[in-house]
Amino acid sequence: MTYFPEEVVEHIFDFLGSHRDRNAVSTVCKAWYHVERLSRLNVFVGNCYAIRPERVMARFPGMKSLSVKGKPHFADYNLVPYDWGGFALPWIKAAVRRSPGLEDLRLKRMVVTDDDLDLLARSFPNFRSLVLVSCEGFSTDGLAAIATYCRGLRELDLQENEVEDHGRQWLSCFHESCTSLVSLNFACLKGEVNAGVLERLVARCPNLRSLKLNRAVSVESLNEIVARAPYLVDLGTGSFAVLDCIGDKGLAVVASTCKELQELRVFPSDIYGAGATSVTEEGLVAISSGCPKLNSLLYFCYQMTNAALITVAKNCPHFTRFRLCILDPWKPDPVTNQPLDEGFGAIVRSCKNLRRLSLSGLLTDQVFLYIGLYAKCLEMLSIAFAGDSDKGMVYILKGCKNLRKLEIRDCPFGDIALLNDVAKYETMRSLWMSSCDVTLGGCKALAAKMPRLNVEIINESEGTDKLEENISDLHKVEKMYVYRTVAGPRNDAPDFVWTL
Amino acid sequence: MDGGVGYADMDALKATELRLGLPGSDPPEKPLPTTTTTTATTARPTKRSLDEDRAARREPSEGGRATSTRATKAQVVGWPPIRSYRKNSFQAMKATAEAAGLYVKVSMDGAPYLRKIDLEVYAGYKELREALEDMFKCFEGCKGSEYAITYEDKDGDLMLVGDVPWEMFTSSCKKLRIIRGAEAIRGLGSSQ
Repeated sequence: MTYFPEEVVEHIFDFLGSHRDRNAVSTVCKAWYHVERLSRLNVFVGNCYAIRPERVMARFPGMKSLSVKGKPHFADYNLVPYDWGGFALPWIKAAVRRSPGLEDLRLKRMVVTDDDLDLLARSFPNFRSLVLVSCEGFSTDGLAAIATYCRGLRELDLQENEVEDHGRQWLSCFHESCTSLVSLNFACLKGEVNAGVLERLVARCPNLRSLKLNRAVSVESLNEIVARAPYLVDLGTGSFAVLDCIGDKGLAVVASTCKELQELRVFPSDIYGAGATSVTEEGLVAISSGCPKLNSLLYFCYQMTNAALITVAKNCPHFTRFRLCILDPWKPDPVTNQPLDEGFGAIVRSCKNLRRLSLSGLLTDQVFLYIGLYAKCLEMLSIAFAGDSDKGMVYILKGCKNLRKLEIRDCPFGDIALLNDVAKYETMRSLWMSSCDVTLGGCKALAAKMPRLNVEIINESEGTDKLEENISDLHKVEKMYVYRTVAGPRNDAPDFVWTL
Repeated sequence: MDGGVGYADMDALKATELRLGLPGSDPPEKPLPTTTTTTATTARPTKRSLDEDRAARREPSEGGRATSTRATKAQVVGWPPIRSYRKNSFQAMKATAEAAGLYVKVSMDGAPYLRKIDLEVYAGYKELREALEDMFKCFEGCKGSEYAITYEDKDGDLMLVGDVPWEMFTSSCKKLRIIRGAEAIRGLGSSQ
C-alpha cells in the first residue's frame, strides 16, 4: 500500500464506513495514520472523559461531524447524581476554536446549557444538524437561539431530553427565509407550540421528511401539517411504546399480524404489582414464534420461565439486543423454582450475534459461565441482583472478548473479581459497579495498577468529604465508575466524586 | 403456579404502607429520589434490607421473602430500570384509560339482568336510543311495543330521556331505566 499515492489510500479509506474500521487502519503504520486523520470527517467519542476535546480536534482537522457521549448509562435510572459531569461546553468551545466548519453535532447524556446552545448557534456558519439525546440543562431559550442563528439548519432532533419550558415561542424564531429543514423532532417537549407557526414552517420547508411533534399539537393542526407536507416519510408523536396492559393476548395478536416486526419494547404500566393484564412469559413466546425478524427486545414482566426462554432462543436466533426485566429482583422460575441460568444460557448459546444483554430474575454464577462461554459478540452487559460470588464476574471478564460496557448493581462481586484482570478494563470503554462488595482498598489498588484508567468513587452521603482520611480501605464503595482515558483525572469533578 | 406475590399479600401490604394522600387514592410515586442528591440514608439501609432479602431468598419459604422483597423494592433507587419521564407518562396513560368512560346501569322492565353502557361513546340521543334498542332487542317480546327511556338524575328523580341538551344529560344521568307497556304509553306526553 505504500506504493500508492496518498490520494489513492484516502480514496480507499472513503469506503470505510465505521469509525471502528477507520480506527483500525490508522494503527497500521504512520503513513496510514497520517492519511486517515486528515481525511476523517465523522468523529465519534464514546466517553467525553476518555480524551480531551482539543486533542480530538488537533488529530482530525477536517472534522465536520462530531458525536460525544457523557454520563454512564445507569444515569438514566437516577443512579448518577445530577451534577456528576458530562458537560458539553468544553467540546463546543474547542470546536469553535479549531473546527469552525463543524456541520453536525450529536450529544448523548450530556449537560447542555442555554449558553452552550447560544454559542453553538452563533459560531458555526455551516451548521446543519443538532441531535440531543437524553441531555439536560437547557430550556426553550436555548432552542430559540438555535432557531434564530442556524440559518440553513437541516435537522433538529431532540430525543428524550429534559427541557425546561420557559414559555418562549422558540419555533417562531425560525426565520421566514429558513426553508432547509429536513428533520424536526420536538416530541420530548412539554410545552405548546403555536399551531400557525408550525404549519407555516412545515409549508415552507419542501425537503421536510421527518416530523415528530409533541402531544400538545392538536389533531386539527396535524391535518393542516400533513396537507402541507406531502413528502413526509416519518410523522409521529415520539416513539410508539407498548404498555403491558395489552397482556399476553394482545401480544399474541401482535405476533400473528406483525410479521415484519424487528424491535419490540413492552413497558410495565404498574410497577407495584402484577395487574390482571400484565405480560408473562407466554406473551414473549408468542412474539418469538410469530415474529421471526425480531432482533431487538426490551421486555418488562412479572415472571419468566426457563422453558419459555429456551423456546424463545430456538425461535429467534437473530437477537442482537435482548433486555429482559423481571420486575421483582431474584425472582426464580415460578414453575420450577429454579434460577433462570438455563434460560439465559440458551439465549446466549443460540443468538450468536448478541451485542447487548440485560439480565434479571434469580441468577447464580452459572449464568455468567454461560455468558463468558458463548456470548462472544457481546458488547454491553447489564446485571442487577444476580450472582453468588466473585466467580460470576470473572467468567464475564475472561470470556467476553468484545465487551465494551459492563454495568453491575447489587451483586455480590468484590475486590477479587475487580482485580482479577485489571488489563481487561483498558480494552473496554467503562465499568460501573454500585451496591456491590468492592471496597475502597480494592478501588485504590486498581487505580494504582492502571494509570490509564480513571477510577471514580461517587459518594453521596453528607460529610464524607470531610471524613476522607478516616474512611478505612475496608469500607464498601457505594458507586464506582471506571473508564479508560488518555486525559488523566478530570478537572471538572464535583466534590462528591473522588478520582483515585 | 405461584406467581411469587399473592394478591392478598399485596393488599395487606398496601393497607399498611405509609404514604401521602387520601385513603383510597392511588399510591403516589414511591419516595425514590428523582435526583440522587439525597443522603445515603436511601442507599445504605436499602442495601441492608436487600442483604437480608438475599439471605432470606435461599430459604424455601417464598411468601415471606416475596413480601419483604416487594417492600424493599419500592425503596430501591433506580429500580425498575425505567426512565422517570416514562414511568410518569405510562402511569398517566393508564390512569386516563381507566378513568375514561361514563358507565351507567341500564335496566329494562321484565329483563332478567341489567346492562352497563358508557355514555361517552355516544354522540347524542339518537345513537343512545339505537344502542339500547340493539342491546335489549332480545327481550322485546312483541316487536314495536311501546317503551320509554328514562333516567335517574343526581337528585334521584326519574326523568324522561331527551328533554335536556345531551351534555347536560350525560353529566346528570346516574342510571337508565327502560319502561315498557302501559306505564310508558301513559307517561309519554309527546312521543320522541
